[in-house]
Amino acid sequence: MSEEFEPNIVAFLCNWCSYAGADLAGTSRMRYLPNVKIIRVMCSGRVNPLFLLNALQQGADGVLISGCHPGDCHYLEGNFYARRRFMLMRKLLEHVGVDPGRVNMSWVSASEGAKFADVVEETVAKAKEAGPMDQFRRRQINW
Amino acid sequence: MVESYRPKIGVYVCDCGINIASVIDVPAVVEFASKLPGVAVSREYTYMCSDPGQNLIKEDIANEKLNRVIVASCSPRMHEPTFRKAIREAGLNPYFLEMANIREQVSWVTVDHAEATEKAKKLVEAAVAKALLLEALEEKEVDVIPSCLIIGAGIAGIQAALDIADAGFKVYLVEKTPSVGGHMAQLDKTFPTLDCSACILTPKMVDVANHPNIELMTYSQLEEISGYVGNFKAKIRKKARYVDFDKCTGCGVCAENCRLAGRIPSEFDELIGNRGAIYLPFPQAVPAKYTIDPERCLQLSKGKCGKEGPACVAACGPGAINFEQEDEMVEIEIGTVIVATGFDVFPMEKKPEYGWAENDNVITGLEFERLVSSSGPTGGKPVLGRDKKGEGGYLPEKVAFIHCVGSRDKSVGNEYCSRVCCMYLAKQAHLIRDKLPEAEITVFYMDMRAFGKGFEEFYDRVRREGVRYVRGNPSEIYRKGDDHTVVVKVEDTLTGTPMEYEADMVVLGVGLEPRKDIREIIDLFKLSQSTDGFFLEAHPKLRPVDTASDGVFLAGCCQGPKDIPDTVAQAKAAASSALILMAYGKVKVEAMVSVVSPDECRGCGFCVEVCPFGAIELVEENRMGNIVQVAFVNEALCKGCGSCAAACLSGAIQPRSFKDEQILPQIAVLGVKP
Repeated sequence: MSEEFEPNIVAFLCNWCSYAGADLAGTSRMRYLPNVKIIRVMCSGRVNPLFLLNALQQGADGVLISGCHPGDCHYLEGNFYARRRFMLMRKLLEHVGVDPGRVNMSWVSASEGAKFADVVEETVAKAKEAGPMDQFRRRQINW
Repeated sequence: MVESYRPKIGVYVCDCGINIASVIDVPAVVEFASKLPGVAVSREYTYMCSDPGQNLIKEDIANEKLNRVIVASCSPRMHEPTFRKAIREAGLNPYFLEMANIREQVSWVTVDHAEATEKAKKLVEAAVAKALLLEALEEKEVDVIPSCLIIGAGIAGIQAALDIADAGFKVYLVEKTPSVGGHMAQLDKTFPTLDCSACILTPKMVDVANHPNIELMTYSQLEEISGYVGNFKAKIRKKARYVDFDKCTGCGVCAENCRLAGRIPSEFDELIGNRGAIYLPFPQAVPAKYTIDPERCLQLSKGKCGKEGPACVAACGPGAINFEQEDEMVEIEIGTVIVATGFDVFPMEKKPEYGWAENDNVITGLEFERLVSSSGPTGGKPVLGRDKKGEGGYLPEKVAFIHCVGSRDKSVGNEYCSRVCCMYLAKQAHLIRDKLPEAEITVFYMDMRAFGKGFEEFYDRVRREGVRYVRGNPSEIYRKGDDHTVVVKVEDTLTGTPMEYEADMVVLGVGLEPRKDIREIIDLFKLSQSTDGFFLEAHPKLRPVDTASDGVFLAGCCQGPKDIPDTVAQAKAAASSALILMAYGKVKVEAMVSVVSPDECRGCGFCVEVCPFGAIELVEENRMGNIVQVAFVNEALCKGCGSCAAACLSGAIQPRSFKDEQILPQIAVLGVKP
């Protein structure tokens, strides 16, 4: 059976804007692809860049961080930290040969359900283009 | 505390009626969950949030000795507090709960049922992986300072202030302009009862000024806010009035003598009337104290006023005028905040095809209010075309009213209905009929929305008074000839007839917009906006006056367009929400705060630098005779964002319930290829 490659994507969403935006996408019954699995964090600033690396090591084909729009962070400036760390991490990953299309960041506010659905489609499309992620291999750790 | 070392997990998968069960194969998810490590019980139920659903969990905690609970249902933003409360009642620490969001993130958004079931399984598995490593957290309570800051003194702010003050709590009411009253003070009559707006508002304005529990700060602005629910600190700038507040008696002789008297357009009169450089915005203004406009006053802007010096100084008997006055900063501590900053009317610059800027007989609804108000520049006569001295002019004979100007109009970016225009235009049509019985009145509307109490009856009454309603949305308004005639170009959509209606007065039913300076409040409180630009409430139905920031509530049109009864109702709701906190006197603070493992901390201070709340400091610790620096978290200030954890090089500082060791297992589950 020649199945089309379906990328698996891990997303980190801040509780106040993007997670609420994803909820709104649900409440509004917007349809989007099931490839993105969401992990809730209180703030995008919580996302340690190593989480991205870790997800790719585990075999995720793409990662997504989403937070409040710049200036709207519930914790004043967490999303600015997230953005800086993200830019550095993406550069580093690109340097070691990871397709930057796998590493994504977006701003989605609590009222932007439709935008969240678009972000998902876009992220999946980019990961599809990058193909299956098999550059890192790591033993599964039993936590 | 129930022993938590050997995890015994209960997984509860909710059908949510058919919301989840119609898409996801719930029994398959239950079956899958029962085989996950540490899971002792795995069940399906129709509505987990219902009483029997919660009891199911409580019974299992008692009988099966569960020490972790997973609820796979809706968003944790919806029901996390519900289930935390349930398991607390069963004697388990409420933080041994993890939710898998299989409704908003799966069943409502996924088309393919098999894929949805697989995704739901993954989310449940990730929740189990995290739950294995959850910890018990302690909830702390802090005292609530029994005072409230209210921003904006329109009808919403005034009503909320009076309610809270009457309950015996201190209120600081801050207003940007020189007088309280807001937009309601500008209105002439109110629909549908035709109460005189000023008559019902001014007693309340006087009350807020005299109430012993209300400290009124007009011509003042909030500049800084810090702290958290129950314990806010605010800095307020009291702008200089250049008039001694205590000496001014409000007699008004200064304004009569001002060299610019009657030469500056009055904001209160929507620029159709005039004031001086020293002014009282309107006769019933509260407080009745004069203010000098520093940008227009000759003495303050040019440093010179006439040959003999400022006329107002010479005229003022009590000697209240003081050009040396400076802004004053006031610092206050409050427990709760109500934001009641109101709205702006739609700016006609965005719709140039209606010719508002070129024709002075094409006016907005708010300008009309000033025109027909007995305290307005024409003394209540709808006179148009006056000269600069305010003399001459004519009374209109053919009046057109236009609905939905700047509302329900994607081309100007406002998709929403402003909710008040249908009725205020009906009221204004009635006022014209009242003042000019011979006038021909035509109303151009898109749809008529008379939804409130007494609205439909009023609309009916206005039509019976000889007001013609034509269904059509004008495309253009332009001047014709040299007299006052303007042409409304419109298609009557009920008969399909194009019309060019000639009128000598056109009133535009401008909608309500978020304030132009809304950004200032957003930046101070980190409030969110909904798509229409107004402030976003915490939940559209169940928490309509709360915001995402605890202790900060919304009242009035800053949350969305509404009429006066709705605004008053919401102000009372906001007041009661603030009163709950203040009357109880205590509030639970965030338990999910950061915690430092001192042995691992290297004392670099990166966390101190990134903490947005200044909650972390370096303290000295004696480590076997060596004095070293370690990070210390002030739990009252920490809000649990976790920025510190992402900055920490050694992983020594971690936000509770979102620790690395709790998130990494989730990544491990979700990252693996299916």
